[in-house]
Amino acid sequence: METPVSPLSSLSGAWRTRSILLAFLLAAVLAPAACERLDTENILILGNGAEPKDLDPHRITGVPEFSIARALFEGLVELDPSTLEPAPGVAESWDTSPDGKVYTFHLRKNAKWSNGDPLTARDFAYSWQRVLMPGLASRYAYLLYGIRNAKAFNEGALPDFSQVGVKVLNPQALEVTLENPTPYFLLLLNTPCFMPVHRATIERFGRMDDPDTRWIWAGNLVGNGPFALERWEPDRLLRAARNPHYWDAASVRLNGIHFLPVDSAQTEERMFRTGQVHKTSSLLPSKIATWRARKDGTLRIEPYLGTYYLKVNVTRPPLNDTRVRLALAMAIDRESICRDVLKGGQQPAMNLTPPGLGGYTARAGIPYDVEKARKILAEAGYPDGRGFPAIEYMYNTQEQHRVVAEAVQDMWKNALNIRVTLVNHDWKVYQERLQGLDYCIARGVWIGDYLDPTTFLDCMRSNSGNNNTGFASAEYEALLDEAARTGDAAKRLELLRRAEAILMKEAPVMPIYNYSSVYLMRPEVKGWEPNILQYVSYKRLYLEKEPDKRR
Amino acid sequence: MTGFILRRLLAFVPVLFVTVTIVFFLVRLAPGGPFDEDKAVTETVRKQLEQHYRLDAPLWKQYLMYLGDLCKGDLGPSMTRPSRTVSEWIALRFPVSLELGCYALLVALAAGLTAGLLAAYRPNSWVDHLPMSLAMAGICIPAFVLGPLLVLVFSLWLGWLPVQGWDTPAGRILPAVTLGASYAAYVARLTRGGMLEVMTQDFIRTARAKGMSEARVVLRHGLRGGIQPVVSFLGPAAAGLLTGSFVVETIFQVPGLGREFVRAATNRDYTMTLGTVLFLAFLVLLFNLAVDVIQAWLDPRVRRA
Repeated sequence: METPVSPLSSLSGAWRTRSILLAFLLAAVLAPAACERLDTENILILGNGAEPKDLDPHRITGVPEFSIARALFEGLVELDPSTLEPAPGVAESWDTSPDGKVYTFHLRKNAKWSNGDPLTARDFAYSWQRVLMPGLASRYAYLLYGIRNAKAFNEGALPDFSQVGVKVLNPQALEVTLENPTPYFLLLLNTPCFMPVHRATIERFGRMDDPDTRWIWAGNLVGNGPFALERWEPDRLLRAARNPHYWDAASVRLNGIHFLPVDSAQTEERMFRTGQVHKTSSLLPSKIATWRARKDGTLRIEPYLGTYYLKVNVTRPPLNDTRVRLALAMAIDRESICRDVLKGGQQPAMNLTPPGLGGYTARAGIPYDVEKARKILAEAGYPDGRGFPAIEYMYNTQEQHRVVAEAVQDMWKNALNIRVTLVNHDWKVYQERLQGLDYCIARGVWIGDYLDPTTFLDCMRSNSGNNNTGFASAEYEALLDEAARTGDAAKRLELLRRAEAILMKEAPVMPIYNYSSVYLMRPEVKGWEPNILQYVSYKRLYLEKEPDKRR
Repeated sequence: MTGFILRRLLAFVPVLFVTVTIVFFLVRLAPGGPFDEDKAVTETVRKQLEQHYRLDAPLWKQYLMYLGDLCKGDLGPSMTRPSRTVSEWIALRFPVSLELGCYALLVALAAGLTAGLLAAYRPNSWVDHLPMSLAMAGICIPAFVLGPLLVLVFSLWLGWLPVQGWDTPAGRILPAVTLGASYAAYVARLTRGGMLEVMTQDFIRTARAKGMSEARVVLRHGLRGGIQPVVSFLGPAAAGLLTGSFVVETIFQVPGLGREFVRAATNRDYTMTLGTVLFLAFLVLLFNLAVDVIQAWLDPRVRRA
């Protein structure tokens, strides 16, 4: 009787090992990458930057958290991602009073929570009360301050929420009374702090204003967005699946979204290269050239609503002299910084506000003019930089800040013959020195929260925690206040323009460039509308594999 | 032996107390606080947060309150990552670091012992020079170079292993190898040194004279004495593998305690920093104790002393 011989045993020992190894390698090579496998399941995988600290829409502050919240929750009003105009969300329509101070929102009858409970105007009133509760310590509560008495309630001066301008007319109608006509109010409603939370869930895990309860865990969290939280393993992944109770579930095309927390941009890029993510959250500046050279459409560079600028401590000589500040600002060749140093699609900034803020266009701003800068500096008593005291330029330790700092240092040396020492600090040390006005010149940034110039201009009010320059101008603030009160849209923008002109004349900030958003995205992701807010409407996204011509 | 262990365990208390005290005041001395973020929080919010996390009390009072909670086994809430307490975060993270550490230790022992034994068996031949040169390179190449190199070769060029991730078994290979490599190098050198010393001793000659097989001489009689230096190295090494894996955890996005620890410190998450330092200090003490016990078991002379 012949014993059955396995094909492997007929090989000699060494060959057997080699062929097993080979088979293993072959299997590994042929194993499809994650994206391709999930394409067939219609699941979008996103590199999402840092691990989300929190999922409570009323407490979150970071970009990674915001991008998840937009999938799990929906506000009364959403934005059209292509135009950034208000679009119906939970509210199917709204009316505005003639004076622009009272909004009435009409909610959809079929709006539901992800557990099937009906979603009504009462939920919004409850949620907005929660955001404003002092105990919750919501960082973005100030975005609600446009609502009558909201500020007093949040600061604890007014304990009775019924005096705040939020009124439930009936389950499908919510009336909101504002302090001032706020033309951008509708644009605020899609920010997470205006999104609704499910009362029964919140109260199952703690008090209404308890900041750290477990309601945000997968299995507990109830939302109202196109997707529902399915699994959340911190630092591993966060999975959201299509929410069958969503009012517009029929138009949701993806089966789910995986948000992968990857806080190393290098690792994220490697994951993209091996097909583990459809889209990265960012791209290291040093990699831009390589990806640009590929010309395969995966590299995306889009303008972003942020300005990079230098903060100047206006209380410290010689920078307390406006002429010195202006001379320094005019001597910075911002065109060259964007073109030769950063090379990542940034645009030179002449103003604090970036372009693309609705109908607002700032006035001329601070030009690049070395001759004039030299002249002003001489008028200030430092001809050719003679006698100019040593000043420090502070930034938080990061490659991008260092290269900008070195470029500016060089420009000031060449144009004005001024010596500047560069100092870098760990983030928290940098913050402390900034807030204590313990610096001369520091790198600064502002990313707009909503599409209106006030999100930038309000930072330079003397009582703003983000000012940090010592700049205080009664005239500037009077113009901002008047703009807030006026109901005339054109007049309002003109007032804001005048206010910004003061800022650029006084130069407590020196604009350098407007941000760009740089990331990689696979071609099969469709429906992704580039916009200045990086605002994504997840329900419009879908995956479509193009017939691959290369294979 | 029981008395010895008990005495050593009691000595943990003052060490941990000193650690808590020093770290508590050190983290407060560091500039900045847990609530300094990109966008400044309003004065109202800052007060609310400080009240919630009891940061509004005088420092000495906060210290006493912390000690009080600690006696009850409560490490407090995380200040920057709500919804879980510090203990819960440690419970979530530590098993991952432990697992990674165990794999790395296995890699270190398997590769290191083999290389060390081979080298000691034929000293000054190519079997000695080759593994020892590799070991030297292993000690010199830091994880942040080795990790990306391995990724480049095995993930990007060959496509065999994922570039990151902890969810698949394949994803655990590269982090374990990267972390284990430099320890393997140390183990190899220590094994070689230990074995060379032991193999010249009288009892080895006796064993050979008895006609024992060479494998038995080396593995049974030689190794027991030869790995003494490796064992004393393993205590701090095991603690280091579990705590010092921050770099590897970051390169491969492993959700472990090392990353959490560094993140807590840079975020000035006071409770989280304190909790992790305390936990890691406890681990180091525990591993050192374990090493002493193992050494006593391996070497009768230590036992008597």
